[in-house]
Amino acid sequence: MLRYVYGDDLHRFPHLADTMFRDRADQFKTRLGWAVSVDEKGHERDDYDALNPLYILWEGPDGRHQGSMRFLPTTGPTMINDHFRHILGGGTLTSPLIWECTRFCLARGAASHVAAALMLGGGEVMRQFGVKHFAGVFDARMIRIYRMIGALPEVLGSQGEGRARISVGLWEFSETARRQVARRAGVPPELSDLWFRQSFGAAPLPLSRSA
Amino acid sequence: MNVAPPRRLEPILTSLEEARDRDDLQAVIVDFRDYFRIDHLVYHWVSADGDQYGCGTYAPEWVARYLEKDYLRIDPVIQGCYQRFHPVDWKRLDWSGKAVRHFAEEARAYGIGNQGFSVPLRGPNGQFALFTANHSCPDAEWQAFTERHRRHLILIAHYFNQKALEFEPDRTAEAPRALSPREVDALTLLALGYGRAQVAQTLSISEHTLRVYIESARFKLGAINTVHAVARALSRGMIVI
Repeated sequence: MLRYVYGDDLHRFPHLADTMFRDRADQFKTRLGWAVSVDEKGHERDDYDALNPLYILWEGPDGRHQGSMRFLPTTGPTMINDHFRHILGGGTLTSPLIWECTRFCLARGAASHVAAALMLGGGEVMRQFGVKHFAGVFDARMIRIYRMIGALPEVLGSQGEGRARISVGLWEFSETARRQVARRAGVPPELSDLWFRQSFGAAPLPLSRSA
Repeated sequence: MNVAPPRRLEPILTSLEEARDRDDLQAVIVDFRDYFRIDHLVYHWVSADGDQYGCGTYAPEWVARYLEKDYLRIDPVIQGCYQRFHPVDWKRLDWSGKAVRHFAEEARAYGIGNQGFSVPLRGPNGQFALFTANHSCPDAEWQAFTERHRRHLILIAHYFNQKALEFEPDRTAEAPRALSPREVDALTLLALGYGRAQVAQTLSISEHTLRVYIESARFKLGAINTVHAVARALSRGMIVI
């Protein structure tokens, strides 16, 4: 199932969080060879994890992390604005309607629908919170996966060579793309909606309840 | 007093830009409220050490009551938005506890509506604020309202907060939001009358990428739409044609 969890709530899902940070170490350090730091717990964490980002996670039936990604609004510090300005031709990308998506991660052996489900979650965030665009930082090798699930970003540029090649791109989810991603994920819209509500709360109407 | 509600956001944003003190902010927020034709629009600032400042259209009696009873501690809107960056519909908050239910009933007695939409805001040094639209109406009507106006409310919330931060006595001066070279190129071509497709082609970028640059420029300029962004960039000398 999809979970939407802010950094300060990760402690409520200790196993899910632990396996996410381990899977990130496995993907970004071991498999992709990025220059990321892994702590004594085997967790890959960076400065942006300390900024209380919003994570979208796919939790397997065993409670383990199978895939995740991380969001921050571009009104605050972001990887793109801190490190990749040159790819945008200089200057920053700044708007509460543009969020940055980073650390798109799939666990080893994750089922094929997980990547699509994560993108579906991204689409829910856009739809429900009025976000218009995602700007992402990703490994060039992920583009194949994005294409496969029907969520191909537009690549603005890349930096580095070979294994170290990192790309910056933009996502915009049209209704067509959303339906396609939902189909690939095998998640009916009602279920996706339910997961979203479970994460963000759906208490009865405030104030209107009769005294 | 306005007989008819304002029909355009641009003049209100100009008033916001020209605001010189907190009294001006109060006048501006009333204008925004009238534009949106809702019961209330409120800006509520909470500093890192718990000091509060606000302006908006809630009854002064309710504000006094809120402060006197220290409702900051239990207000679900504060609890649910603090440390968050997504806009929050009040329906998604937890209104279940006994003290909270009492708080909600009391708020209603002071004319606070049953529907709310709050945009959390963050400034330097742990500054936290909320910009809240509030109204009394059925759910379906409120959903239609928020879907229609959500993005404008989010942008206006940020513009309002930036202005409020300027009035802080010991604020650290923020660097003005400079347009990036691509944003300057895009707005310049738009100012010259190019269509979006032509602009994108001229800059060798897709129309989607162009939309992202325009979105970012709109925010940096405190503008409400593309035409408004171009006008502001021109009047500030950030683009020259």
